[in-house]
This record gives sequence, structure tokens and C-alpha cells, in this order.
Amino acid sequence: MADTRTTGVPANVTQGSQTKGGIGESTLRPDGTLKVTGEFAYSSDMWHEDMLWGQILRSTVAHAEIVSIDTSEALATSGVYAVLTYDDLPTDVKNYGLEIQDTPVLAHGKVRHHGEPVALVAADHPETARRAAAKIKVEYRELPVITDEASATAPDAILVHEGRDDHHAGHVPHPNIVHRQPIIRGNADEAAERADVIVKGEYTFGMQDQAFLGPESGLAVPSEDGGVDLYVATQWLHSDLKQIAPVLGLPEEKVRMTLSGVGGAFGGREDLSMQIHACLLALRTGKPVKIVYNRFESFFGHVHRHPAKLYYEHGATKDGKLTHMKCKIVLDGGAYASASPAVVGNASSLSVGPYVVDDVDIEAYALYTNNPPCGAMRGFGAVQACFAYEAQMDKVADELGMDRIAFRQLNAMEQGTIMPTGQVVDSPAPVAELLRRVKAMPMPPERQWEDSEGADVRQLPGGLSNTTHGEGVVRGVGYAVGIKNVGFSEGFDDYSTAKVRMEVIGGEPVVTVHTAMAEVGQGGVTVHAQIARTELGVGQVTIHPADTQVGSAGSTSASRQTYVTGGAVKNACELVREKVLEIGRRKLGTYHPAWATAELLLEGGKVVTDGGEVLADLADVLEDEVVEIEEEWRHRPTVAFDLKTGQGDGHVQYSFAAHRAVVEVDTELGLVKVVELACAQDVGKALNPLSVVGQIQGGTTQGLGVAVMEEIIVDPKTAKVRNPSFTDYLIPTILDTPTIPVDVLELADEHAPYGLRGIGEAPTLSSTPAVLAAIRNATGLALDRTPVRPEHLTGTVPA
Amino acid sequence: MDFLRPDSWEEALAAKAEHPTAVPIAGGTDVMVEINFDHRRPEYLLDLNRITELSEWEVGEKTVRLGASVPYTKIMENLRAELPGLALASHTVASPQIRNRGGVGGNLGTASPAGDAHPALLAADCEVEVESVRGSRRIPIDEFYTGVKRNALAPDELIRAVHIDKADGPQQYSKVGTRNAMVIAVCAFGLAVHPETRTVRTGIGSAAPTPVRAKEAEQFLNSALEEGGFWDNGKIITPSVAKQFADLCSAACNPIDDVRGTASYRRHAVGVMARRTLTWAWESYRGNAARTEGVA
Amino acid sequence: MRVNFTVNGRKQEADDVWEGESLLYVLRERLGLPGSKNACEQGECGSCTVRLDGVPVCSCLVAAGQAEGREVVTVEGLADFAKNRACGGHDGEGKGGACGTTLQEAQGWSAKGTDSQTGEGGELSPIQQAFIDAGAVQCGFCTPGLLVAADEMLERNANPSDADIREALSGNLCRCTGYEKIMDAVRLAAARQSETASSQGV
Repeated sequence: MADTRTTGVPANVTQGSQTKGGIGESTLRPDGTLKVTGEFAYSSDMWHEDMLWGQILRSTVAHAEIVSIDTSEALATSGVYAVLTYDDLPTDVKNYGLEIQDTPVLAHGKVRHHGEPVALVAADHPETARRAAAKIKVEYRELPVITDEASATAPDAILVHEGRDDHHAGHVPHPNIVHRQPIIRGNADEAAERADVIVKGEYTFGMQDQAFLGPESGLAVPSEDGGVDLYVATQWLHSDLKQIAPVLGLPEEKVRMTLSGVGGAFGGREDLSMQIHACLLALRTGKPVKIVYNRFESFFGHVHRHPAKLYYEHGATKDGKLTHMKCKIVLDGGAYASASPAVVGNASSLSVGPYVVDDVDIEAYALYTNNPPCGAMRGFGAVQACFAYEAQMDKVADELGMDRIAFRQLNAMEQGTIMPTGQVVDSPAPVAELLRRVKAMPMPPERQWEDSEGADVRQLPGGLSNTTHGEGVVRGVGYAVGIKNVGFSEGFDDYSTAKVRMEVIGGEPVVTVHTAMAEVGQGGVTVHAQIARTELGVGQVTIHPADTQVGSAGSTSASRQTYVTGGAVKNACELVREKVLEIGRRKLGTYHPAWATAELLLEGGKVVTDGGEVLADLADVLEDEVVEIEEEWRHRPTVAFDLKTGQGDGHVQYSFAAHRAVVEVDTELGLVKVVELACAQDVGKALNPLSVVGQIQGGTTQGLGVAVMEEIIVDPKTAKVRNPSFTDYLIPTILDTPTIPVDVLELADEHAPYGLRGIGEAPTLSSTPAVLAAIRNATGLALDRTPVRPEHLTGTVPA
Repeated sequence: MDFLRPDSWEEALAAKAEHPTAVPIAGGTDVMVEINFDHRRPEYLLDLNRITELSEWEVGEKTVRLGASVPYTKIMENLRAELPGLALASHTVASPQIRNRGGVGGNLGTASPAGDAHPALLAADCEVEVESVRGSRRIPIDEFYTGVKRNALAPDELIRAVHIDKADGPQQYSKVGTRNAMVIAVCAFGLAVHPETRTVRTGIGSAAPTPVRAKEAEQFLNSALEEGGFWDNGKIITPSVAKQFADLCSAACNPIDDVRGTASYRRHAVGVMARRTLTWAWESYRGNAARTEGVA
Repeated sequence: MRVNFTVNGRKQEADDVWEGESLLYVLRERLGLPGSKNACEQGECGSCTVRLDGVPVCSCLVAAGQAEGREVVTVEGLADFAKNRACGGHDGEGKGGACGTTLQEAQGWSAKGTDSQTGEGGELSPIQQAFIDAGAVQCGFCTPGLLVAADEMLERNANPSDADIREALSGNLCRCTGYEKIMDAVRLAAARQSETASSQGV
């Protein structure tokens, strides 16, 4: 395979231990066998005797007053156990939301987007529930729809949310703006006067869907104490819990959540979907209730990536140094806030990209509109910015007549660079090196689709559809690099908790790791076991199911789990180790002087000295004692960005990846085949190299998708979603996905556990602009929007 | 909803006569999507899977009698020589799993302009054998499509087979989608060279309310080939002839803008596909067989 | 209505089936075989792929009534199916039975998944093992369908080219892996298969 790794010299980093299966090895997933045999229980696989099926009735219009809801006929349907509307909500808490609680559990008086939940049904069969839901009569009085910046910020615009009192309401320039974050550093206007070239551009980023394969689903089981047990697929159990319990009117300890198998997430499970609805129905009927969205509903059941308009201006001197950057990034947040404020912070603070620009004038904001709500998706605000600034970098380099890579390298940030927020980048930032590496990778052969027998259409644009045998096909190459923050930013208390237990079972030491970390496929469970083996020298590690019986692990997002929950597991293991050694000293200290004098390690199930001398078996140290420690762990704190200047040490860590895309475009038909998408990424330390490469390849492919095919299309006249299905929202198949050689660089970040760097998102950033650059290279077209479709490549966009 | 499971063709016809609203289901690749997504709740589902003859084909002297439920995979694997255009079209249908279930009868029954088989059937020329308890008849393919998702079937009729002329010359098929596999056609084009009648026939998919032929383009090309003596002299098609043929194929479209593509792109793409498929087929006729026929 | 068919070699009977139910629903919700997945229910993702009389199909698009009297192999029966094939046998020994994933089973998954270093017993088919070994499993939701499709391709084509693999798996969407490790897994299974074949002098 083409995957290569380069290890830098890690500073202050624990070296791997002698115990097999520790960090740095490509150990295999503990859930792998269950996943290949079909036994792994995903949230939609739950089943309970006597369970009911929940169904949600959703609005058929985007913006309307609800005149009336008549549920009588639905309730009278045989097999129906409950029909609930807003009026049935049990407490005064009727909204939820990640940061701003503006999202109604069920619509009240008004619907603000197409597909908003209006009523719930529980019945003994999904079809009974569907038929009953169809019998609920909702009378709407339609309102004009707000679908873009002009209609949202007009002085007389209808307010999507009237009477806002959230913590952003006071500083936004218009009530239909969720949050606005400017960043001012230096003086961009003055610096512009030094520029020999100035390049302006306007870019459009389409609405992308996470399109995780496992639909939103779960099972709520009412319990005898009046509480509820909820089995669900989510990214953050404790955040869900905080939003669910108040709506149900239950104390948090009576809402017991267990993570079910999660069929992918990518940000789309940060917000609640069916959680509260299933609990409400279960508590009302006294029966277990299962809800499973179908794919159509899933497109309405979670937030999407913000579509964006980006306006950029860069200047440079003729020797190739960037003088200044001005930009405005307008994100469409849709009807509810979701993660929009944090996405704004990211888009704004990362809008310059991985480059040194001292004089900047930046603003980013998110709109409230009647479009589908948008929030978290892999890359979180940094993706849209990267698409635009990388297009700008190519344009500036071209304007200067410089090599595009050399120009980027000349302006690349490095350790010590000051971000536009004033934050000093205090760990390796090998931007120039990543570009060098990705450029140095061997190019795929020309006309690889041709063999002795002629053209193999499967390897040409159009694939099996047999559209070309080489006619019109032109190759193009493009490069891009990006910067992503790791962890929750802007002063958020971004901690995690781990409970680690060591005991002797059947004469062997066994470690159990218990966290609330949502395993969504990323391989956190694999890594936790590796960390425990490394730290505690015990081969046998059990990963306890994630639930709310242990402290919060924070969200499985922002590339943070290996860093933060990994850090928490490492920390708890270290505390367990100290305790075990203390027991050893107490029991066995008199037998060997080294117990008192030497540095002691746990390796291979034994206590050993740093010189390698074995002092005791762990089994003999512990006997029937159990050591268990639950502890919170925090990375370095961050601070909020100043609301006027955007200054502040807002981010935890930065992550970098670079891509080279090689594409072949059928220039006559506007069809694209991505031939190869090579990536170089710095991962700090690869705790599990196999998983690291898998994450990079997966993130790269999601970037490819939004470059050439993925877009939720919303009708600008009605704000209704036009393609909520896998027939018309296309994600890449295996025939659309090229080989993805990966060059992994490991330059340790001394502030992070083992020197690691969060890696999940960075590859999603640079993939898209690299593909676009390659298509521009092949076609000579400007292409200022993504995804690019055949009509954009053939001049057949309607006027 | 009732599920009707006839064991024989006669039973199926009787069931359809008794319940004209019954929706036939064979491969299920259209009907089940509509049921799963709650777009359709037929009173009766009429399962045709148990009627084995529908999954059989017969190669005659002049024509192939293709059972309505012969899966696309079987067409690709077994009828490449006899029905090259349809074999190529079959290969573009959705995914291997869908090709294992779906057949031409479903495309014809649904009569969606996006059905992948239509352009190939139009270009090859064929008759659709339909039957009811009242009797059997054959509908020429040119008269089969009557409107958007409408066909010439009477409510009590079922599609039994398609009688397709065996290829007497090269046939080609292209389809544009915005993904390299598993994609519904943005538009599609089929072309068949018929040396025996010295004609070329075409079929266009997804670029008009129904699948259509580009008849003016065919007439133009047929005269140009005749006048230029191309059938005998084996010359390459001159670029100006190919271009005008392509333009006339574009002109035969009556497309709409939708989420899959713009009208203007569809017209453009049909022209490109017309020119390319004509070139490939004609090169093949001249003796330089193109590789794609081997891929189907 | 009542539907009788064979799943993983075992006769199954489902009662009170609504006529609009798919084979996928019956497998998952009535027969306790949720391994086949419900990602799109429109034939676009392949996660519900099963063998129907040996042929890979999307079980979401097979009406339950159409399965009457037929033989179905799901991911739950894949290991036995592959074993019987290797032994030249025909009848798979099913493991269906108890209905649904009980909460106890659901809670047990990760407790059971103690340590992949030591293996977990339980025999896997070569393609299943290759998916684990190659890192082709992330969230795993696409995995059952991919395994059934890939196993069937290797049955037909023991030495597939990369283009052959891509074509055969073009009906199975994966959102996590970018397909590279899936390609690795299928290549690995093919290589192991041909090693086994040559060592047995086949």
C-alpha cells in the first residue's frame, strides 16, 4: 500500500511499552467481529416485547402559522396508543437546543422550516402509525419565506424568531442574524496599499448532508420508577440528557441513557432527533417505543452543513508575500440555531487558512432563514472557508506568475506564527512540508483507463454509463491545504471523564475502561484499550458500554475524542497505576528495595523497574483488591473571542492536511472522474495507524462528494427540500472514489497526550478545493461554487 | 392491501381482470420504493415472481422473445450478441443488486422517461406483447409510450414479453448521470445501425415527457448515408454529417429543468452522446469493433 | 398474511405480515435477524443485501410475500454459508431464532468485545475476517451488505481486478472509509482464497 509514515522526534512523550497491543500499533477493533457477523446492535436494531412504533408528522410547508390541528381521527384508529401535539408537553420547557434553546419539541403556533415536527403517533405497527399520522389534519396559513441574506436582513424582514433573548441577541446587527464574529488585526486597508496585486473572489458552497448510513433511531423504555431508559445513537449522551430531562419533567438520574450502535455521525447527531419524541410517547403509553426514520425523514431529521457565500480579497507583493486579507462569510443557519454560533467562530477564526497574514479584516455571520436548519458537520465552518481561500491562493499565485505550491509555501504558517485572533501557534505547523510531501508523491499514470483492448469505461468519466471512450477527456491536477481546530473552542469547558478499574479475574489482571464516549465508528474504543495496555501493562482490556452512569465524555466531534477522552483514559490509568504501586509497596515493599527506590512501571502484567527487573505479578499485588478511579480531565483552557476584534486564545490545537487531486474531465459532457486524491497529514502521533489512515481516507472522500455531487437543493421560492432521498442526494460510490494514498507525518504536540493531534476533520477541508482546482486546471473554467455539476462545466446553466 | 400470488400466467391474467387496480410487482425495484416511502398504497399487489416463464427468453431466427422479468444481469450476460444496445443499457441500470431483480417489463410498466431500457428498445425496434383475459396483442414500441409515466396498456393487461429484432449491425448506448455508478439518468441515448434496411434508429431517454426517437435526425442521417454511399464504401462519417445529426437529436428533446439536471444541459448532452455513439457504432460497422461492446 | 421461507438454512414462518412489508422488515423485526441494515429502503445503498436463491438482492425491495418458499442467506448466515461452500456442501445451518436484539444483548456488545488481540473464537468467513484485518469496518452499518456482495463476487470471480471489485461493489454505499480499506479487504480475501486453493491443489 501507498500509506507511509514519518515519525518526528517527539518531545516529552511517553514511549510505547512492552505490552502487546499498546499505542502506536494497528490493533483491530474490539467491535469488529460483532460488526461483521451482524450481531452488533445499532439503535435501529433494538427490539422489546410489546413495543410500539413512533411516527412523527412533519410540516409540509416551510413557513406558516398553524391555524388548527385535529387529531381525533388519528386517535380513533385501531392500534393507535397515543397522538401527541405541543399541548401535550408535560412541562414549561418546550424547546431544546445545543447553545440556544430555540427549537420546539413540537411546533407551536408556527412552523419555520419544511419538515418540522408537528405531532407524534405511537401505534402497534409502523404502517398503522403512518396511516394515523396521515389522518392528523393540520391547517396552515402560509407566510412568506426567508431564504437568503437579502430577504433575511431587509429592514422590514419578517423575524424568524421574535423576541429573541439569547446571549447573542444583543450584539447582532439584525434579529435574523444568529451570531456575528468579526476579527480585526493590523490594518487591512493600509496594508492593501503595499500590494502589487489584489485578487477578489466570490464563492458559493452548497448545502451538504452528513448522510450517515444508520438512520436516526432508538428505543425508549418506561421504567417502574417513573423514569425512562433510552437506547439511542448520538454523539454526546450527556448533552442529550441535559436537553431531554427538563422537557420530560424528570430529574436527570431518571433518564438513563445507553449508547446503541451508531451508524456514522459526522456532526449530524450532535443535535437531538427522535430522543424526546420517543420518551414522550413511552411515558404517555407506558410501553416501550421505537422510532426509526426512513431515509426521506432522515434528511429532515438532522441539521446539515451550512451553505455559504464567501467574499474574499487578498493582496500580495510581487515577490509573493501576502499583504492583507479581507473577507465576509455568510452562513445560512436555517430556521434554528443549532451549532451556528460556534460554526461562525470557526469560519471566522480560520478564514485566513494556514498562512501568515498580519493585516486582516474578517467577518462571519450566520442567518436565520426558513431553509433547513444547519449545524455541525465534519470540518465545521473551516470547510467552507478552505474552499474559498484555496481558490484565492491559486488566483493570487497565477496573478503573480508564481508556482502555486511555492507561493503557498512562501506564505505558510509555522510554529510560532500568530493567528488573526492573536493566538500563537505553539506546536508544529508543518504546512510547507505537507505541501512538499503531497507534491512529491508519484503521479498516477496517464491514460490509466486504457489497456491493450482499448478503453475500460469503468475508469473513465461517466463510468458504466458508457459516455466516453476517451473523447473529450482532459486531465487536471490541483493542490490545497487547510487548517482545522481540534476540540471545543472559545472558553468552553471541554472536559472528559474516564473510569478505569483494575482487578484480578481468573488469576489474570483485567482492566475495564468506562467512558460515555460515543463510538460512532471512529475507533475510540480501539484506542482506549491501547492506552490502557500501554499505561497499565495489562493485555486484557474490557471496554464498558457508554452510558450516563459515568461522567460526561463530551462530544464525539471537533476531532477531539482521542485527545480529550483519550487523555482522560490516560490520566485515569496513571492514577490507577499509582494506586496499584501503592498497594504493592504496602504489601510487598519489604521484599525488595527497588519498591522504594526505583522508577516503577507496569508491563506485561507485572510490576517492573525502569531497569527491567520484575518485582511482582500484578495478580499477586492486587489479589482480591479492586482499584477503580473515575476522574475528569481537561486540556488547556481557551478563552472567548472578543466580540468586536475577535482577539483571544480561542482554540486548543490546530490540525493540518494537504491534498493533491488528479482528475479527468470529459470536457464536452462535464463529467468528472477523480483519478487519485493523495493526502499528507500531520497527526502528531498515530495511536492506531490503521485507523488514522482510515479516517483520512474517509474524510477525503466526503470532501470529494461535496466537490462534484453532494448538495441538498432547496427551492428558493418555497424553501422546500427538493431531493430528500439517496436517489437524488448522491454520495460517492466505490466507482467514484479513487485511490487515496496517504503520507502520515508525526510531529508531536508537546501539550497533547502522547503528542497526538486530532485528525478526523482536517482531510475533509482540503479535499474539496484540491478537486475543484484540478477541474479548473483541466477545463480552464473559473468555477466559484461547489459542488460543480455538469451544467457548470458545459455552459448550460439556465440564465 | 392484498397480496395476490398467482402460480401461472393464466391465474395472473384472471387476477388482473378481477382487480384492474392491482399493481404488478416483479423485481420490486420501482414498486417497493414507492411503498417504503409511503408514496403509494395499492389495494392489491400482484406478484409475478412465481411465473417462471416471465424470466425466460427465446432466441429466434429474426427476433428475441424476452420475458418481461428477465433480470438485466441475464441480458448482459446472455444476450450481448443478439441485443447489444439493450445489454449496454442493462449495464447502466442502478446497481448489481437491482440488475439482479429488475427487468424490461418494469421499465415498460412504469414508463418513466428515465427508464434505462427505453432508448435501447426504441433504437433496436421491438414489439411489446401484452395480454389480458380478453386476448393477446403486440404493441409496437413507437406506440407504447403515451405520456409522462403512461403507456398503452389497458387496465386489465399485463406485459408478458418483448419481441426485439436481433441486431443486424452495431448498437450503442450512453447515459449521463452525475455519478459514475448507481445513478438515475439525467438523459440517455440509444443508437442502432440496421444494415439490412440501411437505416439508423435512435432512442432518447429523460429528455422529453416520454422516451422518444429523434426521427428527423434519423431521416437526415439515413439520406446522408444513402447519398454518400457510406453503406458500401465504408467511409468514416464526415464530421459535418455527425454534427448535424447531433444537432437534430438535441432538437428532438423537449426537456425540463429538475434536480438532476437542466433542460439546456440535457439538450447539449444528448447531442454529444448522439455524435459519439454514432461514431462508435459506425466505426464498428466499418470493422473496428469498439471495446465497450465487450464490456456489457 | 403468513410467509414461509428458509433463512440461513432454517425454515422460518412469519405471521400477521402486512402485505406492504419488505423482506428486510420481516428479517429484522419478525425473525430476529437485524444484521441486514435499513439505511435507505430504496435500493440505493446496498446495506440490506441478502442472497435470494443465491442471487444478491436488496431485501428492502423484495416484498415479503415474494420470498414465499425461497431461500435467503443473510450476513448472520454468511460464515456457515461460506464454510459449506468450501466443503462443497449446500445447506447452510442457520442461527436465526430468538426475536430481535434484546436489551441484554445490546448492552453486551462491547463487554463481549473484550480484546481483539486474543480473538474471540467463533468462526468467520474469509471475507468477514479480511474486513476486520484490513480495517474496512468503521461504523459498520454498510458492512453486512458489503460482505454479502463481496462474498458473492469472489464466488464468481476468484481473481478480480480492482475495476472488477469496484464494479461489483458499486451498489453498496459506505460513508466512513472512502472505500480504500474495503478494496484492501477484498484483495486480501481473494489472495487468501487463492492461497488456500493452491495449497489444496485445487
